[in-house]
Amino acid sequence: MEGIIRGRVWRFGDNVDTDMIIPGRYLRTFSLDELASHVMEGARPEFASQVRKGDIIVAGRNFGCGSSREQAPVALKHAGVVAIIAESFARIFYRNAINIGLPVIMAKVDADDGDEVSIDLRSGQIRNLTAGSEYRMKPFNDYMLSILEDGGLVNHYLKTIDTGISGDEG
Amino acid sequence: MVKMNMTEKILAEAAGLREVTPGEIIEARVDLAMTHDGTSPPTIRTFRDIASRGGPARVWDPERIVMVFDHNVPANTIGAAEFQRVTREFAREQGIVNIFQNAAGICHQVLPERGFVRPGMVIVGADSHTCTYGAFGAFATGMGATDMAMVFATGKTWFMVPEAMRIEVTGEPEGHVYAKDVILHIIGEIGVDGATYRSVEFTGDTIESMDVSGRMTICNMAVEMGAKNGIMEPNRQTLDYVRARTGREFRVYSSDEDSQYLEDHHFDVSDLEPQVACPDDVDNVYPVHRVEGTHIDEAFLGSCTNGRYEDLKIAAEVIGDRRVHEDVRFIVSPASREIYLKALEDGIIETFIRAGAIVCNPGCGPCLGAHMGVLAPGEVSIATTNRNFRGRMGDPASSVYLANPAVVAESAIEGVISAPQQEAGNGC
Repeated sequence: MEGIIRGRVWRFGDNVDTDMIIPGRYLRTFSLDELASHVMEGARPEFASQVRKGDIIVAGRNFGCGSSREQAPVALKHAGVVAIIAESFARIFYRNAINIGLPVIMAKVDADDGDEVSIDLRSGQIRNLTAGSEYRMKPFNDYMLSILEDGGLVNHYLKTIDTGISGDEG
Repeated sequence: MVKMNMTEKILAEAAGLREVTPGEIIEARVDLAMTHDGTSPPTIRTFRDIASRGGPARVWDPERIVMVFDHNVPANTIGAAEFQRVTREFAREQGIVNIFQNAAGICHQVLPERGFVRPGMVIVGADSHTCTYGAFGAFATGMGATDMAMVFATGKTWFMVPEAMRIEVTGEPEGHVYAKDVILHIIGEIGVDGATYRSVEFTGDTIESMDVSGRMTICNMAVEMGAKNGIMEPNRQTLDYVRARTGREFRVYSSDEDSQYLEDHHFDVSDLEPQVACPDDVDNVYPVHRVEGTHIDEAFLGSCTNGRYEDLKIAAEVIGDRRVHEDVRFIVSPASREIYLKALEDGIIETFIRAGAIVCNPGCGPCLGAHMGVLAPGEVSIATTNRNFRGRMGDPASSVYLANPAVVAESAIEGVISAPQQEAGNGC
């Protein structure tokens, strides 16, 4: 996990649900390219073709509400999104994003499409470099931060069993 | 001794702790894990990734995993067929015998019906509406594929012990007012993120006297206000239901009288009208009279929220010998084969067919906009389902209203959103 993330903003509002992020009819595929080609189709049809590697989503309340489909954060990550900042997240989406190593950051941030934003995950500082404003994120709890730092839940688990800290139930 | 609520007691037991407190992170034993045809393949892929990198190659306990094909049954695309093939092969390889492939029903109906759900259990499902099982006094919550793959590998998962909200519901609603109206009304007041990360405990005389079907409808929609789980203390009807379906032992938990809740809410539903959640958020709720006359193209009766026998019976009684409006597609999908068969034997299915409805096999049906009737741009559906997100049931420019089975049936007949005129008995 990068210490400082810097990228271009895509601005979304409240209650961006999982059907907007990746509609149910596109889920029956193993192709991440296919998923990413439809990402955010329900909210902003131009997103999938215009999103670039390193972009950051800034949104309002309850981001990712709805389904447990992990394809929602997977599609965003595969499309190039490196972090999502929102006032709040729906819990299954939040957990899924952490599990796949996509930083989801709780903060209320003013930013418009195209603004440049930087996030310091360790200090908790967020800067809108375009507007010249600064914000603080709600800190991660230690457990989630350790999963993120290991690059996701699977890596975190494998590291744990390798070091023999936890029993191997297999 | 710390006073604990039901959710805390179940989680403490599952974590092997005497007590837990909100905010604490615990590692809990999982009693039952469920995946369906949409979420099994991503789970299997991650499980195989774990295995290929030195993790377990066998699932922790094949008898504690249940797989249900319900989202795309029978498969409607080659991708859906491939997902089901991959799942079937994995189940065979791993010795998972509890796999329901041929339209046995929606996972959240099949699991209780087949006796897999008992009070006091920790149940995780790779589906957000797994919270339905809280109706049986279980701790049940939804999770994604990576979390589920870890459960398959280890039989454990981590939880942050949730802060709790208590929602007391009192009063006997009259007319065509049902559990669906109660939960829509609650979500309208609490908001779509009003219970985020929290445990929601439903109490009060309305809940205590409610049948199993209605209790499931209410807990099913706990996630629509953001909750981690919804839970109810099992009543007599619930215990009878469970005992009729499994001989296995279980433990019933109750909340300590003076256990702590972050918030307490009270709803008196005595004078409640039928409720409708309007596009595009589940908390955009109005009494039905405010939206009567709204044009519809489709009406859908079914889903894990309202596809049970009781729901079908209510709708059939509203329809009687009338016919579906010529401009409306009325789609009916019973929530399980057991329900389908009973409704068939009792003439309920015949009522629908004679009325001109499209009766589909058990499954999720058109709820998720991938199968069995999708909406064109600009089209409107009124559905007994749980989500009215923009584009949920088809094109992003289509819309969905959520309502109870009686309102959906009456609307199918009238061609516009309508409340039934006939008097009904006690709805809940």
